[in-house]
Amino acid sequence: MPHRPRTFVAAALVACATVGLAALLSCRSEPPGGTLARLQQRGEITWGADIQGGEPFLWEDPADPSKIVGFEVDIMDALARRLGVKQRFKQYNWSNLVPSLERGDFDIAMNGLEATAERAERILLSRPYFVYAETLAIKKGARYRTLADLAGKRVATLNQTYAHDLLRDAAVEIVLYEGNEEPYLDLENGRVDAVLLDNVIADRYGCNRATVTCLPGDVARGTYVIGIRKNDPELKLAIDAALDAMVADGELERILTKARLWDARQTEPPPPLPALSATRPRSFDGNQVRLFLSATVVTLGLSLGAFLLAVPIGLLLAVARVYGGPLASGAARVYIELFRGTPVLLQLYVIYYGLAPYYAFGPVEAAILGLGLNYGAYEAEVYRGALSAIPRGQSEAARALGLSPWQSLRDVLVPQALRIALPPMTNDFVSLLKDSSLVSAITVIELTKRMTIAGAELRGWLVPGLACAVLYLALSFPLSELARRLERRLSRDQRPLTL
Amino acid sequence: MISVRSLSKRHGTRMVLENVTAEVAKGETIAIVGPSGGGKSTLLRCLNYLESFDGGEIEVAGITLRPGMGSREASTLRQLRTRVGMVFQQFNLFPHLSVLDNITLAPRVVRAKPSADAVRHARELLDRVGLGDRGASFPHELSGGQQQRVAIARALAQEPAVMLFDEPTSALDPEMRDEVMGVVKDLATGGMTMLVVTHEMQFATDIATRVWVIEGGTIAEDGPPAQVVDAPRTAVAREYFGRMKRRRV
Ligand SMILES: Nc1ncnc2c1ncn2[C@@H]1O[C@H](COP(=O)(O)OP(=O)(O)OP(=O)(O)O)[C@@H](O)[C@H]1O
Ligand SMILES: [Mg+2]
Repeated sequence: MPHRPRTFVAAALVACATVGLAALLSCRSEPPGGTLARLQQRGEITWGADIQGGEPFLWEDPADPSKIVGFEVDIMDALARRLGVKQRFKQYNWSNLVPSLERGDFDIAMNGLEATAERAERILLSRPYFVYAETLAIKKGARYRTLADLAGKRVATLNQTYAHDLLRDAAVEIVLYEGNEEPYLDLENGRVDAVLLDNVIADRYGCNRATVTCLPGDVARGTYVIGIRKNDPELKLAIDAALDAMVADGELERILTKARLWDARQTEPPPPLPALSATRPRSFDGNQVRLFLSATVVTLGLSLGAFLLAVPIGLLLAVARVYGGPLASGAARVYIELFRGTPVLLQLYVIYYGLAPYYAFGPVEAAILGLGLNYGAYEAEVYRGALSAIPRGQSEAARALGLSPWQSLRDVLVPQALRIALPPMTNDFVSLLKDSSLVSAITVIELTKRMTIAGAELRGWLVPGLACAVLYLALSFPLSELARRLERRLSRDQRPLTL
Repeated sequence: MISVRSLSKRHGTRMVLENVTAEVAKGETIAIVGPSGGGKSTLLRCLNYLESFDGGEIEVAGITLRPGMGSREASTLRQLRTRVGMVFQQFNLFPHLSVLDNITLAPRVVRAKPSADAVRHARELLDRVGLGDRGASFPHELSGGQQQRVAIARALAQEPAVMLFDEPTSALDPEMRDEVMGVVKDLATGGMTMLVVTHEMQFATDIATRVWVIEGGTIAEDGPPAQVVDAPRTAVAREYFGRMKRRRV
């Protein structure tokens, strides 16, 4: 059987080539400098930000959703006026702001971008326009006072933030979220012990909650800065000068006061640029390999668990659809349409956050449940087709022999249906393996999430992307191979179907 | 053994069986003949309640059947089906099970027969239908005639008191008909009570104790073969047998 490993290697090579090509394309040559002159000629400066950042940074004006408002919009207005141009907002995913800036999609990035040593290595950073404090939120009544008290506990934060770096250096279990609200929801639900995020987020989304308290005293301070391309030093100088002038004539204070963000920290000397985190990974080393492997185990475990749930659910629904009375068949249809017709992500959110007040599922439980319920709807349609494809004579023969409906399902109809359904089921499982990456939204770190974390930390997507592709293939390829063999063995006893 | 009283059944507005009344004694072999669409299959299917009916009453092997029996009478119906075996035109073997498993499934599952006993009995039955060495085969590995013989063995495994055959040889090539009809004949001479829908005239004349001609949802003629086949009284029977004889030539 020497050809099998070879096909596998070939498949992996194709994957590498694809990932490699994508990496090359994204690294095409940087746009030339001289942007300041060009944008003054154009009369416009474009800035990248993510409207999902929400209050107070920028959000859609409820009175006029075509307009965006926020203190960063106000700052941009002032900045553009001082540069003698107009500002134009460009919507980008927050985690892609820096790469998109480097690629030249917009002139500057401005959206709660924290000044860190890593960023400073990669792009130019303006002078700060805001000083924030990392704020630790805990449950009311909890006795934690410092990060050190939380050793070994679950602490929530957002990926790619300064808080994430701080937590990496503390001996805590880090739980990563993708939205501002969710970490505090989970703190209230008791699924994390603390949340570390900057005071802008904490004040808006956390500290005002009934069961949450924010500890006094700043865990650390940092600054928001504007990101500018490495080869645009004259633009950085111009922006710094404009910001300086805004500080001097009090315009910045007015903007921040209007957003209720002005505090004593703004007039104190700004904190120094934090040093490079000591524990931050530098290369794809043995430790990364271990992390990737355990993420692979998570992906496989989740997918297997969800599929083991989806198969019986699907069978039940299919039997209700095909053989059930109007009530059972109607209920099954409602289930199928509901779970097939709405996004899995929404279902995961409902199960994880929506049901939390009644029952707080763990992230992995919620993930298995959500994916299982969702895939159950898809499996149901597969089995329905398979059951309908079995000749009528089969159930008649079973009935004529005295088998009860349940017995004829178990011994005659379902075994035949599963044979017919095996190819589409294999297909569904492979697609489930990949869909399982959605569960990172409820803090499960599986293979794809591990890749995005590693990509951001190592500041390169090629190796993590390759590792990710190879590991997914290592899961799905043997599986389809197994299914193929099973199919061949089962087709032994299949005669042409007759009616 | 079987008693049909004023049986009627309709599909929509069309009467498929109309006021059928008949008696079958233990050990009789009834050959059922008649033109297509006459209601032969429907009558047979009513006898083991694969289909319900609209009026009348049937008594089979000590069990009384009435219109509209459902899941509440499930255990009665299950008992009925262990006493009445049925063989279909299309065999309907279970393709995912071996020959032996096809035969032992119902005894094991429905009557909770111990597996070893079920297998022993199944081997005896396979010997009886001349397939003693094919227990491990799968249905698709058998010829049509062999499959139908396995189907007969499968029905017999429930040790029924009555056997129903619905055109057991119509889906077979002529060469294979004899091997199947041979098994059916053996059963008849062995004293089994049987109703056999068939177009095989030789079976009707030589083996059957009685012949029914079914047409338009009624039993148009009912009597020993010498009377019904050789001297039919009704025009329908005369025409039917005339056609059959011409076909045989
Ligand atoms: N499900 C059904 N719906 C409507 N009419 C039906 C249905 N099943 C049978 N029939 C009708 O009932 C009548 C009797 O059918 P049946 O199958 O009993 O005839 P048969 O004597 O067995 O014919 P053949 O020799 O062709 O098998 C036919 O006219 C048929 O069209
Ligand atoms: Mg028929």
